[in-house]
Amino acid sequence: MNSLRALIVDDSSVMRKIVERSLRQAGLDLNQVLEAGNGAEALAVLQEQQVDLILCDINMPVMDGLEFIKQLGAVEKAKGVPVIMITTEGSESHVVQALSNGARGYIRKPFTPEQVKTQVVPVLAGKS
Amino acid sequence: MSTASELLATSGTRERWTSLMELATREVFQLMLSSELKAATTEADPSQPVTSMVGLAGQLCGVLSVRCEEKAAVQMTCKMLGVPADKVSAEMPDALGEICNMVAGNFKNKITGLGDGCMLSPPTVISGSDYTTYSIADKPALEIRLLFEGMPLVVSLEIHS
Repeated sequence: MNSLRALIVDDSSVMRKIVERSLRQAGLDLNQVLEAGNGAEALAVLQEQQVDLILCDINMPVMDGLEFIKQLGAVEKAKGVPVIMITTEGSESHVVQALSNGARGYIRKPFTPEQVKTQVVPVLAGKS
Repeated sequence: MSTASELLATSGTRERWTSLMELATREVFQLMLSSELKAATTEADPSQPVTSMVGLAGQLCGVLSVRCEEKAAVQMTCKMLGVPADKVSAEMPDALGEICNMVAGNFKNKITGLGDGCMLSPPTVISGSDYTTYSIADKPALEIRLLFEGMPLVVSLEIHS
């Protein structure tokens, strides 16, 4: 798999580091990791930078993850970029809402690097 | 839709929820810290404690808290981030808050039908023990006591009507 640019969106800096570490442990070749603390910050990052993959929490201040993926379609640089939710919100309705808003995968916290790999690799390979 | 108080009043619910809270806690430590928690053999409280709290609102209202020694919280942060203790400073409250958040989320996701009807607040972390909390909980808290690397870890859930 080619070198990737990923955007990790979570209001916890510790969780952003854990997600990055999990991506590396999953064997992904990360060229650059960008970070944002909420959906609004992530949209601002994406106005300037192109990424190959977005991993996003749901419960965040200012703009939550579900609103973020709804607004993502309007960002030219982010068109077609897969979004995978990583969240403690594990209810069926949250999963359905996230997927119907455009998310391509859903990982419940707590998670293992293996679970991250299982979600991310097929999405990047265009199989999901 | 039953309220938490109505659910808790049914036979065996309190014991079942306490078991689920313990399972939720153990899973968070296994998956995120690669750490196996052990059963506590005494009721000893953490000295120099750090407490993280997450509020629950909706069908289940209350506060879930995780309390441990500061030394344990630093060690948890090291394990979460995969870094040595001298590299951990400002991250400790964030890490303990995330642990509490994951325990609360994992717990509510284990109770059938509760996931949609219960929202979590952002975590609050308090350092020290010189404070008093006044709770509107009308029942004794559910509480589990475990050991993280030999140090006490107390998880409790106060439920409000």
